[in-house]
Amino acid sequence: MAKAAPEALSSSKLSVNIAGLTLSAPTMLAAGVVGITPSLLRRALDSGAGAVLTKSIGLNPREGYRNPTVVGVECGYLNAIGLGNPGVQAFSEQLKNIKGDLPIIMSLFGSGPEEFSQMMPLLEDTPVKGYELNLSCPHVKGVGVEVGQDSEMVSKIVSVVKRGTKKPVFVKVSPNVGNVVEIARAAESVGADGITAINTLRAMTIDVEAKRPVLSNKFGGLSGPAIRPVAVRCVYEISSVVRIPVVGCGGVSKWSDAVEMLLAGASAVQVGTGLATQGYGVFKALNEGILRYLSEHGFERVEQIVGLSHSF
Amino acid sequence: MSVFLTPSDRLRIVRVEESRVETQTARTVFFRDEACLNAKPGQFAMIWAMGADEMPMSLSVMNDEGRSAVTVKPWGPGSNLLCSLKPGELIGVRGPYGNNFTSKKGSTLLVGGGSGVAPLIPLSQELMRIGAKVTLVLAGKTSGDLMLLGDAERIIKPPHRLVIVTDDGSAGVKGLAPDAVRDLLSKKAFDQIYSCGPEKMMRMVFDMAEEKGIPMEASLERPMECAIGLCGICVVGKYLLCRDGPVLDSKQLREVSKEFGFTRLDRAGRVVPL
Repeated sequence: MAKAAPEALSSSKLSVNIAGLTLSAPTMLAAGVVGITPSLLRRALDSGAGAVLTKSIGLNPREGYRNPTVVGVECGYLNAIGLGNPGVQAFSEQLKNIKGDLPIIMSLFGSGPEEFSQMMPLLEDTPVKGYELNLSCPHVKGVGVEVGQDSEMVSKIVSVVKRGTKKPVFVKVSPNVGNVVEIARAAESVGADGITAINTLRAMTIDVEAKRPVLSNKFGGLSGPAIRPVAVRCVYEISSVVRIPVVGCGGVSKWSDAVEMLLAGASAVQVGTGLATQGYGVFKALNEGILRYLSEHGFERVEQIVGLSHSF
Repeated sequence: MSVFLTPSDRLRIVRVEESRVETQTARTVFFRDEACLNAKPGQFAMIWAMGADEMPMSLSVMNDEGRSAVTVKPWGPGSNLLCSLKPGELIGVRGPYGNNFTSKKGSTLLVGGGSGVAPLIPLSQELMRIGAKVTLVLAGKTSGDLMLLGDAERIIKPPHRLVIVTDDGSAGVKGLAPDAVRDLLSKKAFDQIYSCGPEKMMRMVFDMAEEKGIPMEASLERPMECAIGLCGICVVGKYLLCRDGPVLDSKQLREVSKEFGFTRLDRAGRVVPL
């Protein structure tokens, strides 16, 4: 197989336009993964990510759960980090030190429309290009999927965020809801610019020698290869009914995983756990693999394969 | 079978085999774990004191007749519990994780403060094995605070040199580790410096190393959650200490000069002074 020349990586073949954002590649750093300082966000971009998501930021500073917060299982990782974050004010200050025009998307979480509406005015001066609403974290009480499982609540939150910004707003959805399509549709109906599918699946592991749950929070979110087929299903179902772009997230670590997501209907993919197993090189490897696939299958642009599997 | 999870990444539950008294409060906790046997000096394991905390800890013993160990001083719920465990009680182990000190021949200076001396004991052994000349500075507040002193005295025999330093002079030279280092550097040429301990101490040692043009490797410590490159809390500059560290070399230390010895992130991701 011919390897793509390095210069080809900046090729317009890979570039995608999502909700008004032009990205050099369809691969993003997922929210909650290393994006806690400008230096780490920049490192992911320098490694080939087309866009980077920050950690999920809330109104107030919050320490995460006690360790253990992460543990590996046969088919993925469980985490209950607990949305540790410096709060919207301190984090915005940090982001203001960023030099240059960078495709950074800020992930936000909150307990309801009031908290989101309090956060938005504090954000307008930050150099971020858009927002992703974490309405899907499976392990923190009163936020995440606890608000994101109710389509009426989702509509209210998206509405207040949209009123507070002109930048594109993505909604990250959970597979732990009755009907994920209904949630996505609710978000779209009040102006969401894109859907990210999916967050981790609520899960648990108990060590048989210790005879106790491993995570200090007992429950966490499962990520990694185990959830990829669930993510592919959600991307497929959601992209069948919404017009706004869908970003695929869940278990992507190699190029074929990314292509599968694109074929399922994702306009781009996010990588989280893949960073632990592949390191920062994962972005370049995915980009090269996607580019090679496009060439070998006679496509000119990434957009041509988005949702291609729906024709069967 | 799992193609996803590596043997070192899998959580193992092991029994404490021995809890050796280091100081009045500090202990070296021995256990048997196959993955840790192959660890290199400077690598760390995530040690789970069940019900309290899981913490990154440099291995002070890799393979002593099939046993590995961490040396721990009580400073919080997890380390307090770990120090109180009796033989037969269970701990969790993940790892070993991170990079390691790179052993170099020639004249080497190792500077350890407090429990930071832990990885320098196996490093000393490794350096002597490859024919390097070792000078180990072992520092503590008082004679009662010197960690792994027995091991250091057993391992380091002439022509190698052990320099004990205490703040109050109750053992060895009176003063702080950087004072002893300044003195040593003025009298003798060294090819390489290694350090682990309080970061402000390491920063002072690094500044002297830079002045003399001596390459240095320092093992840094930060709060950690995942230890696998995801949580980002162990960031220093653009480096994740769990993956790119915990050992940084002179070039990297220069890059992170504004943070090294000054700031870290807390568990909420706020920048706080060290």
